[in-house]
Amino acid sequence: MKNEAVLEKWAGKVASVSIGALKQQGGSRKSVINVGGEETLPFLFKEGSIPNRPAIAFEVWDIYPADWPSCLLGAYGDTLKDPLRWARKCTQEYGAGLICLKLQGAHPDLGNKNPEEAASLVRELLKTIDVPLVILGCGDDSKDSAVLPACSEAARGERCLIGDALQDNYKTLTAAVLADGHNIIAESPIDVNIAKQLNILISDMNLPLERIVINPTIGALGYGLEYAYSIMERARLAALAGDKTLAMPFICFAGQESWRAKEARASMAEFPAWGEEGPRGVIWEAVTAAALLQAGADILVMRHPAAVEKINNHIERLFRR
Amino acid sequence: MFVIGELINGMYADIARAIKARDKAIVQDCALGQLEAGAEALDVNCGPASRQPESDIRWLVETIREVTDAPLALDSSKPEVILSGLEAAGNKVIINSTTADREKLDKLLPLAKKYNARLIGLAISAKGIPQSKDQRLELAAEIVACCVEQGFPTEDLYLDPVIMPVNVAQSQLGGILEAIREFRIISEPAPKTVIGLSNVSQGTSCRSLINRTFLVMAAAFGLDAAILDPKDKELMDALITAELVLNKQIYCDSYLDAYRKK
Repeated sequence: MKNEAVLEKWAGKVASVSIGALKQQGGSRKSVINVGGEETLPFLFKEGSIPNRPAIAFEVWDIYPADWPSCLLGAYGDTLKDPLRWARKCTQEYGAGLICLKLQGAHPDLGNKNPEEAASLVRELLKTIDVPLVILGCGDDSKDSAVLPACSEAARGERCLIGDALQDNYKTLTAAVLADGHNIIAESPIDVNIAKQLNILISDMNLPLERIVINPTIGALGYGLEYAYSIMERARLAALAGDKTLAMPFICFAGQESWRAKEARASMAEFPAWGEEGPRGVIWEAVTAAALLQAGADILVMRHPAAVEKINNHIERLFRR
Repeated sequence: MFVIGELINGMYADIARAIKARDKAIVQDCALGQLEAGAEALDVNCGPASRQPESDIRWLVETIREVTDAPLALDSSKPEVILSGLEAAGNKVIINSTTADREKLDKLLPLAKKYNARLIGLAISAKGIPQSKDQRLELAAEIVACCVEQGFPTEDLYLDPVIMPVNVAQSQLGGILEAIREFRIISEPAPKTVIGLSNVSQGTSCRSLINRTFLVMAAAFGLDAAILDPKDKELMDALITAELVLNKQIYCDSYLDAYRKK
């Protein structure tokens, strides 16, 4: 007897979001990253269309990332002291198709750079690289409300992805993104109800649902990954069942969360049984990212080039049909 | 819940006037207003007073199609009127309705197949209105059997248990709710269920409250679709909340708005 696959028919689909604008679209990028558009759960190619591959963004900071562990620092060397060189290394040496600029130096405790400095860096970066850009604030609400609109304006027309908008702090950023033609990241604290609510609040300000990317907030392997997975799965199932207010692509900060884990950072001297810390950290990031792909991640923001390489190969294999 | 708006019906004075005067704006406003209020499909009925239902339904359908391609439930007991509507509507139609009578099924099933339409089947026959849950199940099973025989997909069949007004047949309403649940196990794939909601409150003094109470209860019994007045905001709010309780929608503070944004 022949076994027949039980295929699900879905009514809804995830919205497609385009990041980056070409010259003819009013920007200056040489490429555009399209994410989303899935008509089924991850990698179930027989059930529905999966038009876009997950994208990987390399994280680049505006200041030297002093708290990164040494194996991560070693991968980039002294380019880390100059965001432009750092970004160029990612695109030229590691083939990055998407750069995620984190304006950590704007944080009051970490340099307190002013909005003009941040905007000027965005301008320079857009001249230095020709791939699309994700722009992140420093995480301090009042500072981000000043810095991000300035960066949004500096990048007007480049169709960046800018974040994060929060339930208590979304209006200023939404207005800026709307005015300057960008996409927005809507962040919720591993909470599908708040994710949905925030999307509605943002779309009530007339930003189309197709310009929102959900940051569901994730935990690394060993630090709540399963919980993040279940929230993403629930949101995605609702999206596929027709809930447009949850039908957005996901962006997941796999690098940031993985390299926070003790298992990724601790030295071999401290835990001899755990083996060498370099490869261990890379594996921690790659395993976290691989699991997030299965949860429905559309954009992975990653740190270690070796982990990125592993995930690129993994995606390549998953898409080989 | 698949909500079919009931307001385009010649039984209502404004629509009757619009049909007579061939006033498109009234019908189109009514169509769009219902969709905006949360209806996914629109019932189209030229009403009992129509002298020429075949041309009236055609005009109604053409008029509505100028402003929306939402599914239309062509509502008539006469197969020739339904055919006229089908020809005008093209795709996305629901035939409303057949009874369990063989003669009716033999006319409407081929039409449903030809026009790729869904079909509403009333658990009623020439012998009259069923008086118990078992009679409803028997009639529903006859409709399902006929669909299977003629190769009509049962998942496109909407079985209607036929709602009786609460002031006429109070003792039957419990059985009607149970029938909604049991209709689903008649075949695999399961047929869907639908009700013409406002019947339940016909002739009573607080129609809206009775309608929404019954709808919420029917939702709990697994009802798939309802023909109702989507502009009754409290009714729609109750329905949306029932779906939330049944875990069919994800909660958020603005869940009522979110549902309407679909």
